[in-house]
Amino acid sequence: MTPELLSFIILAIISIAAAIGMITSRNAVYAALFLILNFGTVAVMYLMLNAPFLAIIQVSVYAGAIMVLFLFVIMLLGAERLNERETRPVMRWHRPLAIVLGAFLLALALYVLLTRLGQSTASVNVFGAGPLEIGLQLFGPYLLPFEVASVLLLVAMIGAVVLTREK
Amino acid sequence: MNTVAPFVLLSAILFTIGVIGVLLRRNAIMIFMSIELMLNSANLAFVAFSNQWGKLDGQLIVFFVMAVAATEVAVGLALIVTIFHTKKSTDVDDLSQMKG
Amino acid sequence: MQLLVILPILFPLVGLLINAFFGKHMSEGLIGGLASSMVGLSFLVSAWLLFTSGGGPGIVDLSIPWIKVGTLDVPFGFLIDQLSLTMMLIVTGVGGLIHIYSIGYMHGDPRFQRFFVYMNLFIASMLVLVMADSFLLMFVGWELVGLCSYLLIGFWFSNIHNAEAGRKAFVVNRIGDVGFILGILLIFVTFGTLTFPDVFAKVQAMNAVNAPVVVAITLLLFVGATGKSAQIPLFVWLPDAMAGPTPVSALIHAATMVTAGIYMMTRAHVLYVAAPDTQTVVALVGALTAFLAGSVALTQFDIKKVLAYSTISQLGFMVAAAGMGAYVSSVFHLATHAFFKALLFLAAGSVIHGMEHLSKGEEESERSGAPGPHKAPAPAHSGEHTVDPQDMRNMGGLRTRMPLTFVVYCIGGLALAGMPPFAGFWSKDEIVSAALARNPLVFGLLAISAIFTAFYIGRQLVMVFFGKPRSEEAAHAVESGSAMTVPLVFLAVFATIAGILNLPGLDSLSHWLVPVVGQAAEALPFNIGVATLFTVLALVMLYGAWALYRSAYVKAGDADPLTRLGGLYTFLLRAWFVDWFFQNVIVKLFYAGSTFLARVLDIGGIDGTVNGVGIMVRDVSASLRKVQTGLVRSYGLMMLLGVVLVVAYFVLSASMR
Repeated sequence: MTPELLSFIILAIISIAAAIGMITSRNAVYAALFLILNFGTVAVMYLMLNAPFLAIIQVSVYAGAIMVLFLFVIMLLGAERLNERETRPVMRWHRPLAIVLGAFLLALALYVLLTRLGQSTASVNVFGAGPLEIGLQLFGPYLLPFEVASVLLLVAMIGAVVLTREK
Repeated sequence: MNTVAPFVLLSAILFTIGVIGVLLRRNAIMIFMSIELMLNSANLAFVAFSNQWGKLDGQLIVFFVMAVAATEVAVGLALIVTIFHTKKSTDVDDLSQMKG
Repeated sequence: MQLLVILPILFPLVGLLINAFFGKHMSEGLIGGLASSMVGLSFLVSAWLLFTSGGGPGIVDLSIPWIKVGTLDVPFGFLIDQLSLTMMLIVTGVGGLIHIYSIGYMHGDPRFQRFFVYMNLFIASMLVLVMADSFLLMFVGWELVGLCSYLLIGFWFSNIHNAEAGRKAFVVNRIGDVGFILGILLIFVTFGTLTFPDVFAKVQAMNAVNAPVVVAITLLLFVGATGKSAQIPLFVWLPDAMAGPTPVSALIHAATMVTAGIYMMTRAHVLYVAAPDTQTVVALVGALTAFLAGSVALTQFDIKKVLAYSTISQLGFMVAAAGMGAYVSSVFHLATHAFFKALLFLAAGSVIHGMEHLSKGEEESERSGAPGPHKAPAPAHSGEHTVDPQDMRNMGGLRTRMPLTFVVYCIGGLALAGMPPFAGFWSKDEIVSAALARNPLVFGLLAISAIFTAFYIGRQLVMVFFGKPRSEEAAHAVESGSAMTVPLVFLAVFATIAGILNLPGLDSLSHWLVPVVGQAAEALPFNIGVATLFTVLALVMLYGAWALYRSAYVKAGDADPLTRLGGLYTFLLRAWFVDWFFQNVIVKLFYAGSTFLARVLDIGGIDGTVNGVGIMVRDVSASLRKVQTGLVRSYGLMMLLGVVLVVAYFVLSASMR
């Protein structure tokens, strides 16, 4: 067992635990914190996968900005205490069915992994993925998507302002 | 640690957890966070494959996914705030006006 | 030159359009004058065509592509030959005179303008009928004159009886028209064409006698003729059609439209000659109709009803002649009948007009601006007249009050009775001679009908003009104005001399029509024995009527001398109970069948099916809409289910490979 594999297993366990903790948490603030933990472990995995720039962005944008926004809204609305008792009779079969379907989806993924990716080989070449390379790609072949994304962000910003404006 | 399989496996597990979260939680904010989890797990798979094939394109797609996720969160949370103002609730089951 | 042939149709059309659009601002004289002069122009053009084409083959065939669908190719074409020209001259000539007469007769009617629009439309339609060069275009004219007939019978529609009479004529004619159009379809299916020359050429090429399909075609066409020309069993509409204004009765229901069936059979004689079986049927139906209607006319009291049954009877003569192949005699009688029957109707109209004079005066003094005097010349006492001005029992002694009308009525009556030298004598004699030579049964029926004819017209003359006035109206009747009497005089002249059209020895009409109907259809040589016999019989019957009715009906309310016949009298008075039979058997059965179809089949079956489908869809939708819970999570669940299924499909299909 290599140190890399060992660290991956530890990280994976933390990540899965954080995810389960997120979806089962009764308190929205806890759930957000669990999600931040999950994002952190994933960021470490990005480092292991030769993606340092994305790892930094994952921490600063995702775990930082986006999750702060979440926490901000949760606290603004005072919705951290979640009362989610199932009241509707129609929803009784909903929960088992959702879990069964989810398990089925996972089983499908495992089946594909085991039959197709099990024999896949290692990375063919090592390449740089720092800000320089990413930047060259973004302003080269991906220039149009980049500009569209910036317009999208602008629209989202205006939309958020319009939606929450007091009439 | 050069194989892609463990990362994709982890990605699949996280995605399934996210799906179950979306389906089981009734709070709109929780549903949103579950969707973030699903997006994140997809990002992980992208990065893993990018690493395997030695191409940057996977990472760039993750970059754009993050941009779209940020957009989605901004608009989605604005919607939740607006709905909360009228309904005094973030429970999606209360939003059933479209019932047939 | 070729386009000139549509001028006769065009003139009445122009007249009716001007009258329809600008008539509101025109005086009565202008409207009537315009309509009459348009018909007169048509007559002049027809006469011009007669003289320019006289002697030669005389056929102008103008044909414009009209309907071209698949193998169906019907041109919009006019065929002007000797037969069409004869009909055109009758229609426009008699029609023109009746138009002029109408100016006087319809004076003061609130719908004066509409009347002349309809009349011009009728002339145009009738010309389309006789000028058409294909069965289809002929059918167009056939239907158009039916429409005009309906409109004009119900012209005074504010009286329900008149409206019902119009409807009855329309419905009965439709029954005949179904047969006619089926015949046309059968012609197309069999011969692949509808134009007269092509059809006739193909029939002659068949060179078969009594081919089943030709028999079927001719019988179906004859069904159309029984409707339009009022033959058994579809004659019931014509007596009721007398509800229309008297000029209409004269023009449409005596002189022109009702002869359309005879014209059609003459036009299609090639078909009929190829089907002797049909010919026999036609001859028998015609003879029977002549007999039936003649017997009924003996007992009627309404002055116009007598003439109506007389018309049916005379049409029976023509149809019988056509059935025996004596087409020239048929057309000859058609022409003379057009003159003397139009004369009789118009003279009867003059009598009615005179009879109404008294009540008209009262009416105008009582309520000025009230609807016209002829509002309801229905047989029933409509309240508008205390005395029915059409009931012969209220007349009498009119010969001194209306001398001119009396004279022309006598001329028409003698022509109808078949007295030499009046027109009716020559044409009736030709038909009877042909019947004697070809079919003894038909001869017998026609002979009895001819005797009836003399009797009932004698009865009518005596009841109307002789004896003493039986009502105030009759005592104060006055002669009609010149607009009405001038056409009467013209028609009287024609009714007297029209026999020269086909005098024995001259046979000008026979020679004239040879190119159309062929040599064989020419009249037989003059039979002096038959002519003498029938003249003597007619004289005897006229005297008999004089003797029987001179002393009867001294005053209103007296019984008819014929009541001595007992049950037979009632039988005749009710027109052999044909109407009663139709009403109580056929109409009731039809009604019961329709009720069944409406209540059970339509409401139960068809509506049930349609509504059932609707109810089913509604109920299924009501249960399906519960799926739309409005809950986002259940939608999400369905999405996940779909995703799982799609992914599973791809994974499985990939692993199968």
